[in-house]
This record gives sequence, structure tokens and C-alpha cells, in this order.
Amino acid sequence: MSLNIDNVKCSGCGLCLRACPFGALLLESREGQGLPESKYRKIAIVTEACTLCGACLETCKFDAMQIEKIQGGGTPHKEQYQGVWVFAEQRDGAIQGVVYELLTKGRALADQRGTHLAAVLLGHQQQEHCAALFAYGADKVYLVDHPALAQFNSDTYTDILTGLINKHKPEIVLTGGTSIGRTFIPRVAIRVNTGLTADCTGLEMDEKENILLQTRPAFGGNIMATIICPNHRPQMATVRHKVFKQGAPAAGRPGEIIAEPAGIRAVKARVLEVVHAMGQQVNLAEADIIVSGGRGLGGPENFALIAELAGELGGAVGASRAAVDAGWMPSFHQVGQTGKTVCPKLYIACGISGSIQHLAGMSSSEVIVAINKDPAAPIFDVADYGIVGDLFAVVPELIKALKNR
Amino acid sequence: MHIVVCIKQVPNTTQVKINPETNTLIREGVESIINPFDENALEAALVLKDTLGAKVTVVTMGPPQAEAILRESISRGADAVLLLSDRAFAGSDTWATSYALAQGIKTLGPVDLVLFGKQAIDGDTAQVGPGVGEHLGWPVITFVRKIEVDGNLLRVESVFEDGFDRIEVALPAVLTVVKEINIPRMASLKGRMASRKAVVAPVTAAAIAARPECLGLRGSPTRVIKIFTPPKKTGGLKLDGADAAAAAKTVVGKLRELKIV
Repeated sequence: MSLNIDNVKCSGCGLCLRACPFGALLLESREGQGLPESKYRKIAIVTEACTLCGACLETCKFDAMQIEKIQGGGTPHKEQYQGVWVFAEQRDGAIQGVVYELLTKGRALADQRGTHLAAVLLGHQQQEHCAALFAYGADKVYLVDHPALAQFNSDTYTDILTGLINKHKPEIVLTGGTSIGRTFIPRVAIRVNTGLTADCTGLEMDEKENILLQTRPAFGGNIMATIICPNHRPQMATVRHKVFKQGAPAAGRPGEIIAEPAGIRAVKARVLEVVHAMGQQVNLAEADIIVSGGRGLGGPENFALIAELAGELGGAVGASRAAVDAGWMPSFHQVGQTGKTVCPKLYIACGISGSIQHLAGMSSSEVIVAINKDPAAPIFDVADYGIVGDLFAVVPELIKALKNR
Repeated sequence: MHIVVCIKQVPNTTQVKINPETNTLIREGVESIINPFDENALEAALVLKDTLGAKVTVVTMGPPQAEAILRESISRGADAVLLLSDRAFAGSDTWATSYALAQGIKTLGPVDLVLFGKQAIDGDTAQVGPGVGEHLGWPVITFVRKIEVDGNLLRVESVFEDGFDRIEVALPAVLTVVKEINIPRMASLKGRMASRKAVVAPVTAAAIAARPECLGLRGSPTRVIKIFTPPKKTGGLKLDGADAAAAAKTVVGKLRELKIV
């Protein structure tokens, strides 16, 4: 993608310079540039600071500016792209856990490639987090500080990360597969004209070709695909929380903070209010322990038993599609292909037979316990510990055993 | 108001077959359905049509058989459809797919709102909705569970891990919706008749003025180099629950050994 200025139509009026939030446009004399003849003396020039945000397009009265979103034959001078970046997502001033996991992975990739690891932190008054980012392996933090960045805004975050990538040219950009990551990273990838692999479960350097091998599940985990981005830079991937292990922090590890200006333009989407309606109880993606109930519960009232076990474990309550479709639980509790994909440390399936769709959403959990009456239930194929029996007898005994220390 | 809904045909099966030569999925011979999340996007459009009056155009890109899901959309209440079907689209990744859909949408005249399901159940990338927004140069709000229209403004609720953001966005815009936004309706009798009568003609890459270098494998930055079946988990310790107390004790003991509880 590129911003093109028509060298005949541009009058050199400079209106676009004023509209550009990033200072990415300059006026230069037409003389000696080998341009076609024109009655105008000056012409606008695009520099690398351009984020392709398009703010200039509306101001041009001469129809001389156009953004060409063209893929073509790959990124020119791709050897200039160096370093591994991790997007250091913060929500309400808290760095998300996936960031430290990505830094650990990014550190290994950077060492293998003989390059640096950088974190990109967007927010307001978030400098205090830099030390932790260094401790987990970042050599640099690109810090963008602005009140408008305190809350996530898809348009603004897209502009700024695009600008940083165009300016500093990283070879690899890793982002958490969180709601925020999944919202704006696909836009950044389109704008910088490169590929993006979603929800990778494996990232490795191919040392011969020096390209990133990105492995991800598809069809609900029934197949795995290894994907490369051979000709475009950066190579971009998202990774879900808890897929990679977080390393041990090295307290006091030094690093460089690079403050970057925030170009904020008027955006068309405005966040009116941030509502934290759901407590940790239903934040399935983040939960370390999930207890799920299915059709075997027989009715909504019996979810109290599931909640009791979850409460005893400090975990969240999940539900199978059958339980949600029956109206026993709201859909944000649903685990599976059309619900949430989870990978907690412990997943306890109670009265869930284990349809392929459900397994797709939870089979990567670290330890799986299944309780079901039917010994042939497919859930037992993925369970580390299976109890063939009546959940109404077994679950109270589990609660009792947990209480009994 | 003119609403475009982008839908995808996905296989209604877990029997995935792969062409070993091209490493791409073989979709022939497998029953196909509308991607479930896209049904919610269509329903959201139809609700706006019912309450405010709107024209609903459903767009898909795929092989000629994808016509079936467009007819299904008409039977539920869509007014018009666009089938982007051309060999030139084959092998598109999310970049090239977003580009082709955006080009297709540009041929539909003035459009106020484009709706997507949050992701497709076959690829699970959730990239094409935001990608189309970017190619159109429009704002994108993802994971929407509620839509209110106020003139030229939309007020929506966008779901995050721990809650939701209330966001106001000016039209035109692109939204992706989550399942909890609504319950999709069934086809009506009147709709079924309209569906039978509808003419669905494939529209080619040339007809949407798409640049050949941006389409299909050639237009895709990413390449699939290997597809494999993950090693199947074989199941672990199976206990008889007849003695519930003993089984529970064993499991809790194991979990304590693993330091999970």
C-alpha cells in the first residue's frame, strides 16, 4: 500500500500538510526533480512517517492524492526489516499476561536470528511497565504516551502501530490473540501490506531460509497448518493467551525506552463507555481452571453444583453448546467451536459427551478431567482423568475431597 | 439504509480432507452451510430492515455452489445477493479475500453498513471483516452484541474479555457480530418462493474491477506450506465412578501431585 501524489494535479498548496497528524508530508520545489511541466512551483512529498490513515485525502481540493492498496510482488527492500516486536497490550493500565509469554517467545526468536527484541506500548502514563517488559526480555520499548491512548480505540491504535512499523521496519510482529489484538491487528496487516497468521500455536525460525514458520490449528483443531509469509514484511502473527510459557523475569535487566510521538486524528468511532460487566468468573479465556457443565446436568438449576465446584477451585464456569442452546446458561459461558476456545491448566467436564465442536474449544487444556455416565463418550479420549459415573454423586465427592486438606 | 452482509460457506462436517498436491482443502462432496456467526450478521441486518426499513444485500465469495447459501439468505429475507465466483479468487488468503470482497461491495452503489460474523468456523481467523473495513477505508467495530441506530450514527456494544465498550460510530462502517446479538430466524414461505425465483449469476474478478495481482494465491502474502493432522490424544486414567468417593479422592490426589490445586 502506498499514498500516491499525482505529480500533475498537486498544486503544492500545503493543505494536506496541515491535515497530516503524523507530519509525514513535506512541500518541495518541483525544480530539478524531473517532474512533468506544471504551472505550480511546489509539490507535496510523502515520507516514511505516513501511516496511510487517509486524513489528507479529504482535504485535497485537487484530487491529487490517492491511497493505493496494492499487494503486488512483496515488500521492497525486505532485508531492511530487522528485529522482533511484541505488542505490549494494556487494558486499563494492566499489561495483559499474554505479553510476557510473547516476550519470552520473542526473545528466543530474536536470539536465534541474532537481532533485538522490542515491545510496543501504547497508553497514557504507562512508563512504569517498561521495567517489567525489559525483565521479560525486551531490549527496547517503543513508548507512545497520549491521553487518547488510555482506552483502546481501533482507529487510533491502527494508525499508530502502522506508523511505527513503517518507520522502524521490524521483521516480525507478535500480538496477543485477545479481543484488542484481533480487532486492530488485521487492519494493520492490510495497511502495511503484509500477511497475518491468527492464533498460532507454534512459532519457529527456519534457519536456512530465515523465515518464520507459523503453525496454527484450523477446522476447530482437526488439522494444523504451517504458514509462511515469504515475500512481505513484517511477518505478523497473533497468539492466544497461555499457548506459550512465560519465562522467569530478570529483575533489573536494562533496556532502552524510545518515546515516540502520538499522531492522533479525529476518528469516526468514539468509545463512550467502558463497562466491566463480567467478573473473573466468566472470563473463560483468562481462567486457570474451568468447570463446565453439559446436557448431563438435566436442567439450569443444577449449574449451582458446577458453580460450587468452580468456586472451591477458584475457577470459572463453562457450558457446552447443548446447555447454552437449552437456555440453561448465557452464551458467553459457552466453550467450543462456536463459543470460546480455552486452554486452562485444568478443565473439568461434567456431563459433557464431548462433541467434536466442544473438543475443539478445550482439548488443548493442560489437564482434563471428565465425568460422564457413558463410558464410550468421546470426552474420555481427551481426558487425563476420566470418571465413569453419575456426576451428581461424583461432583459432591470432588468438592468434599478438595475441602479435606 | 443499504446494508451489506458478507457470509461464507463452510463445510458442515468434521471430516476434513486435504489435497496432498496443493495442500488446500477439498470442499467438494461435503455438505455446506452458512457459517453460523454469519447467520447472526444476516439476522442483525434483517432486524434493522424490519424496524427501520433497509435494503439487505448478501455477498459471498466462493465456488459456484456457494449460490446455495445466497438462496438461503433470500429465503430468510435478503433483498439482493452478489456471488463473487471466479477461478482467479482461488487460494486467496485473508488479505486477498478482503480485497475482493471490498471491490465487490464497491460495485453495489451507496452502502451504509457492512456486517460480518465474528469469524468463520473453518478458518477461525476473524481477519476478513476488519480487512474489508480497511480496504474500504471505513471504521471497523468488532465483536458487536448490540446495535442501535440514531440517524447517521450507530451506538454499539463491542465485547471484550472482561466486559464491553459502548462505541459510537458514524456511518458508513463495518461491524462484526457475536452470537449473543440475536437468534437467527427461519426461512419464511414467502422467502422460499422468492428464493426459488431469484437469479443468482456469478460475478467475475473483471466485473468488480479487481486487479489480478491482488487476487488468489498471487495476491496472498501468506502461503500454507504444510498441513498435518495433530497427534490424537489417547485418553488417560479411567476410573469407575461406582465408588464416587474413592474416584474423587484419586483425582484430587493426582491434581495435588501436579500442583494444579
